[in-house]
Amino acid sequence: MTTTYEHPAGDGLLDDTMTEELDALEFDDSETDSDSDSDHGGAAPTVIPSSEGIEIGPRRGLHAVTIDEKFNIIGALAGGMAFSTLLFGWIAPLTGAIGWFIIAYVAFIGIYLLLVAVRADRQEVKDKLATVLMVSAGTILVGALVFIAIYTLARGRDAVLHLNFFTETMKTTGPLDPLTSGGILHAVVGTLIQISIALAITIPLGVTTAVFLNEVGGKFARFVRTISDAMTALPSIVAGLFIYAAVIQLVTHERSGFAASLAITVMMLPIVIRASDVVLRLVPGNLREASYALGTTRWRTVWHVVLPTARSGLVTAVILGTARGIGETSPVLLTSGVTAVMNVNPFSGPMISLPLQVFDFVRSPEPNMVARGFGTAAVLILLVLTLFIVARMIGGKGPGQLSDRQRRNARAESMRDLHRITILEDRVARGDYPSRPSASASAPAPTPAPATTPEE
Amino acid sequence: MTDKDVFQTIEDVLLENERTDVIAPLEGATDREGTAGAGGAGGEGGAPRNDAADSAPRPRSLVSRRSTSDTVFQTVAYTAGATTVGIMLLVGLFLTLRAGSALQVAGPSFLWTQEWSPETQNFGIAAVLFGTVTVALVALCTGFPLAFGTALLLSEVVRGTLRSFMISLVDLMAAVPSIVFGLWGVFFLQDAMIPVARWISHYFSFIPIFAVTGENGETLTEASAFTSSAFIAGIVVGLMVVPTQASVMREAFSQAPIGEREGAFALGGTRWGMIRAVVLPFGRGGIIGGTMLGLGRALGETIAVYMIISPVFTINWQVLKTGTNSISALIALRYGEASEFGLSALMAAGLVLFIITLIVNFTASTIVARSRSGAESQ
Repeated sequence: MTTTYEHPAGDGLLDDTMTEELDALEFDDSETDSDSDSDHGGAAPTVIPSSEGIEIGPRRGLHAVTIDEKFNIIGALAGGMAFSTLLFGWIAPLTGAIGWFIIAYVAFIGIYLLLVAVRADRQEVKDKLATVLMVSAGTILVGALVFIAIYTLARGRDAVLHLNFFTETMKTTGPLDPLTSGGILHAVVGTLIQISIALAITIPLGVTTAVFLNEVGGKFARFVRTISDAMTALPSIVAGLFIYAAVIQLVTHERSGFAASLAITVMMLPIVIRASDVVLRLVPGNLREASYALGTTRWRTVWHVVLPTARSGLVTAVILGTARGIGETSPVLLTSGVTAVMNVNPFSGPMISLPLQVFDFVRSPEPNMVARGFGTAAVLILLVLTLFIVARMIGGKGPGQLSDRQRRNARAESMRDLHRITILEDRVARGDYPSRPSASASAPAPTPAPATTPEE
Repeated sequence: MTDKDVFQTIEDVLLENERTDVIAPLEGATDREGTAGAGGAGGEGGAPRNDAADSAPRPRSLVSRRSTSDTVFQTVAYTAGATTVGIMLLVGLFLTLRAGSALQVAGPSFLWTQEWSPETQNFGIAAVLFGTVTVALVALCTGFPLAFGTALLLSEVVRGTLRSFMISLVDLMAAVPSIVFGLWGVFFLQDAMIPVARWISHYFSFIPIFAVTGENGETLTEASAFTSSAFIAGIVVGLMVVPTQASVMREAFSQAPIGEREGAFALGGTRWGMIRAVVLPFGRGGIIGGTMLGLGRALGETIAVYMIISPVFTINWQVLKTGTNSISALIALRYGEASEFGLSALMAAGLVLFIITLIVNFTASTIVARSRSGAESQ
């Protein structure tokens, strides 16, 4: 069964050099044919033509924007803005920045389509329209986010720049006092206490539930997953109302930081469960199987394989849950109560937190109080941003993805193991080290001992 | 080779296996295997079975005994799951029980009474429910185009670093506290949107919901008639629900198979042509599900709505006009002054909100789960 095929050398269409090249290839082929025959059955082997002698031109950019397209965009933008400025207040009693923006945008789209239609067919015009709409949706969204953050920071600047804002409470400060007096220390402390209690409940409960969903499984686990998904839909005010009626009215009879942390827990729990569930699901199944194949119990597999693999993702899940929990206002509004003094005891007396402090400040019509409110909101947004960036830095990678250093360490460790297990033994067995005959006898003896002792 | 020697069907193979004495030749080995197997299968606590000395071959039991650590682990995991379920059921149960006394007094008229005065036993959720739905619908109208466009942009257009940066930004937006959105809505957006609202009401007043009329049907134009409306609250809530919608949609879009995408391009389609022919049909479940998840969040949003609207207890069809209400804002407004019975009435309102968001979310997650490939759903 030898593979033969015709090459089109004889049909006169190819020039001499190509024919020679093909001949050479055929020759190479027939040489290797005998041993590679069994591998690819009757199929013709793949021939890679030599690239020698063929000139490689400059690489072409496939996604390059032509100068024509650039001018379409720039021209349409300029035209839209000019049109809007010209017509503004002329077609309608439309005033204000947003009105100008809307007209400019509509004019931009129209002019851009006209410009594109000059040179392109209908399909391309549609494509360009869709692209420009998508890009503007993204731009508006990102712009809105950045604008909201910058607006809050800018208006909060007045209050935040005074150091006393972070070192004092509002105990002796009235609404008319200047910004040089009073601060939000009590709210910062309250937030920290409340979120700590909430995390102390949420982390063990949430992560264990996520482990239960993934590692134990079964009918009940599916039911739990359905319920925890439904819990993400729980309106925050309903969670607050629940704690208010169940804990405050029935048990403690006063608002407290602890009740607020319970309400935050109810809100955070489904977020943490869901995020951890997703992360644990990404742990490769073959790691688990390898662990089970070594004879480990389920618990050891979870503790030594699944959780360490998903560690960064779990941390991210918890941090994102924290970021959401810190910003919750409405459950805290019902459960923690408003106070202007420091309270470090979560079990008695009202304890205010940052979002509630914002809410309380801006209810006042006094400009100084509103400035304080924006200052508190700026602190809150910076806190959330910091948590978010930390979460991204930790959890930017999927489970099992290592950094360069971790990978180097892991490789070095495996090499050591490999050396210890195989190479040394082999050489001793082969008699390469006749001077150390005791190595083969004593080396295996201590090895099983550390392997079995942590098992029990 | 005769025909007889070739196995024609699976029955032949089974028959042949039955005839062959598979156990007998292994008999010598069973001793060793039996001991090792019993030790291995018995797990950590199991002592090796000594009956391997019996010469009679016996099928090995493959049932492993659970170790102590596993038993503890399973119990703890079950308890955690049960606690989570317990909390959720407790919320539902508690709401239902406490709402009971109010619902008994109000009866079915709870659903169509507009006033809210539990003191006089005349209360219902018609107005607040209507306001909730209005705000949520305005939020969807604002949020959906933004989410849809952003999701397509992130899954189809941008690539590389910019893409992951923008995805992070959208995720960050989901974590921005609602009070910050509320502040922005009250102190910036309100003033900026009033001219737009006035313009819409001026030119589109022939559509009833865009008209802004006073008590006697006269058209209002002063700025104060347009503040604190469902329109403004809806826009702010719309921005808040975009991240939820966009991330679900993006996930659905990016699951559109690569083969069909390339096929569409190979046929000469433009990018938009490919999106329409491949990505959107594949992502339909994600679009609907994501939108509904956003709707669920919009219905339950409290603090931003509470800060923006001025509460009224009548059904207000004119979305641009001052005054609307929502169930969550009602609870935030009245919980403090509520008597025992008033609290029960608020519980009833909360229960209605809870049931609605539950239905919306369940439908949404079912749609999303069904649209995914079978490998991922569980």
